[in-house]
Amino acid sequence: MSADFLYTVEVILNGLMAGVMYSLVALGFVLIFKASGIFNYAQGVMALFAAMTLVGIQTGQIPFAHLINAVFGTDVHHFGWQVPAFFAIILTVAVMVLFAIIVEKYILHHLVNQEPIILFMATIGLAYFMEGFGDIMWGSEIKTMDVGIPSGGSLWLEEYTVGWAAEGERYWGMYIDKLDMVATAVAIILVVSLTLFSQYTKTGRALRAVADDHQAALSVGISLRAIWVIVWSIAGFVALVAGIMWGAKSGVQFSLSLIALKALPVLMLGGFTSIPGAIIGGLIIGVGEKLFEFAVGPMIGGATENWFAYVLALMFLVFRPQGLFGEKIIERV
Amino acid sequence: MFYRESGDFKKTYQDDSQTFPIKFDRRRYYVVMAIAFLVLPMFMTDYFANAMMIPFLVWAIAALGLNILVGYCGQLSLGTGGFMAVGAYATYKLMTSFPGMDMFSVVLLSGFVTALVGMIFGLPSLRIKGFYLAVATLAAQFFLVWLLNKVPWFYNYSASGQITAPERSIFGIIITGPHASPITGYLFCLILAVGLAWVARNLTRGRLGRSWMAIRDMDIAAEIIGVNPLMAKLSAFAVSSFFVGVAGSLFFSVYLGAAEVTEAFSINVSFAVLFMVIIGGLGSIFGSFVGAAFMVLMPVLLKNILVGGFGWPTDLAAHLEFIIVGALIVIFLIVEPHGLAQMARVLKEKLRLWPFPH
Repeated sequence: MSADFLYTVEVILNGLMAGVMYSLVALGFVLIFKASGIFNYAQGVMALFAAMTLVGIQTGQIPFAHLINAVFGTDVHHFGWQVPAFFAIILTVAVMVLFAIIVEKYILHHLVNQEPIILFMATIGLAYFMEGFGDIMWGSEIKTMDVGIPSGGSLWLEEYTVGWAAEGERYWGMYIDKLDMVATAVAIILVVSLTLFSQYTKTGRALRAVADDHQAALSVGISLRAIWVIVWSIAGFVALVAGIMWGAKSGVQFSLSLIALKALPVLMLGGFTSIPGAIIGGLIIGVGEKLFEFAVGPMIGGATENWFAYVLALMFLVFRPQGLFGEKIIERV
Repeated sequence: MFYRESGDFKKTYQDDSQTFPIKFDRRRYYVVMAIAFLVLPMFMTDYFANAMMIPFLVWAIAALGLNILVGYCGQLSLGTGGFMAVGAYATYKLMTSFPGMDMFSVVLLSGFVTALVGMIFGLPSLRIKGFYLAVATLAAQFFLVWLLNKVPWFYNYSASGQITAPERSIFGIIITGPHASPITGYLFCLILAVGLAWVARNLTRGRLGRSWMAIRDMDIAAEIIGVNPLMAKLSAFAVSSFFVGVAGSLFFSVYLGAAEVTEAFSINVSFAVLFMVIIGGLGSIFGSFVGAAFMVLMPVLLKNILVGGFGWPTDLAAHLEFIIVGALIVIFLIVEPHGLAQMARVLKEKLRLWPFPH
């Protein structure tokens, strides 16, 4: 096999992995959009907040240390203990559930029956709030996420693939990050368990009923408020998973909240209401932008990854306005 | 009492359909104009002009533009930052290519350039609707910023990739550049803001504005009664982008003086303008101004109180500002989803009946 071909394969594989990472974020969007019709812009900030909370709990940071120091003139920052990763994750999940309850009680509950754009704006407000809140609570410096996920290139794969190239070609084997492989496995487990949950449990059925028709679900005795708390908790959990993966990849920092923007074209491609759509959309975007950067990028100045996903989604939508797997939009006068 | 229509007889149709039907409102409008044009420039400090009034006017123009698109025509757009960047770079190219051109022509021409670009990116709106369109306009945001950053011709091959406003004037009065006085900058922005608000008001209550609103309320129904969706949507995109382009042009040439596209026209700009429109009130000219005032003045106020008053570190104050802005947006949406303009409308209704509300 020629080296060029192998490079292309490597680019495609890396694109698939990157796509999985986008899908992880997009998944949270889809869950909330399906269950409550809310386009939750705060999903990316939720991932950031979850990751910050996890690191904060793990390293025993004192919450609001910065604020306390500024107000009382003290100098505190750490409790001085370390919490094992497993317990820290469980505690973070608890925090995210608490967050879901607060969001439902103080925001969504007051905005029932408002237009979608109002709800969308409310989640942007929420995103701003959480960004500031997270920074005040845990400090705004870049943190490293360490929950025991391996990272770095896989030597085994490199050595295994080096023999594939034809004799005399300059080829050193494929580079694929171990972290990306773990992320792919986690994403598969997550999607399968979410699908099983929504198909075969009572709560899952209730979720789907609410997604289908709020009024009808209410009339058969499903509590909308409870469902919303559950959905936001699950979305918080998905955000935590995405936060762990992205945090381990590039550090827990502000730019993490911007991955939400990258998840938007993924959603558009896959359709806002489809979980498999989120995954496949993510894969298409991931492969598409890596291939485009690899093949066309050098000719037009590079850094095409910033916009390629959006333009691809835009082109796509012109031909299929509801996305790949979205419900067909039927309009009546 | 003083806020009444009674006794103010309208004798012509023109009188009857004027913007301020109540005499008190008309007088108040002239007073506000007099203060803005005559009184404020006399007492204005440079800090007040630079940190508050100029950004307020610039953002108000941008909010007006976005309000035409989102509030009147119902097309959700997140590409405002990108269109402002187009306005700014068009201004830069015009200023450097034609040094003799006066600033009014430069700013208005930049607006027209942006309107063209806006129409191109408005084309998908014929197929895509709602949130899908909002995300599609993100393509405009990211693509335009990338393009302006990557093609050196746009920033005249300068090594830093920055654009810097050279000194330009109207009738011998310096408007831009390091020697311009903030007061003249303020007056320049004020004239444009008032003029554009007048244009927007008259467009939105004319045939064009009504076709926009018909599209907003239900596009299929509008199409059936004979509104051409192609014309309505594209004209909304064009007019909106024109306003946004003018705002971008002023933002760069009068307010910032120098700009770098990825810094000054990021996605946050798009969101900030959308906030202004929502907080001020969708589909309201007055609302665009109030929303802009709110979003410009509040951070300045907060910073002065927290850093100046309490002596807190600036980064902490910045985080707190995020919290407060976020919380205020949510609270506003819960209390009054139709924005500050709706509050003003309710207040006016109450005033009309006061002191006998029944």
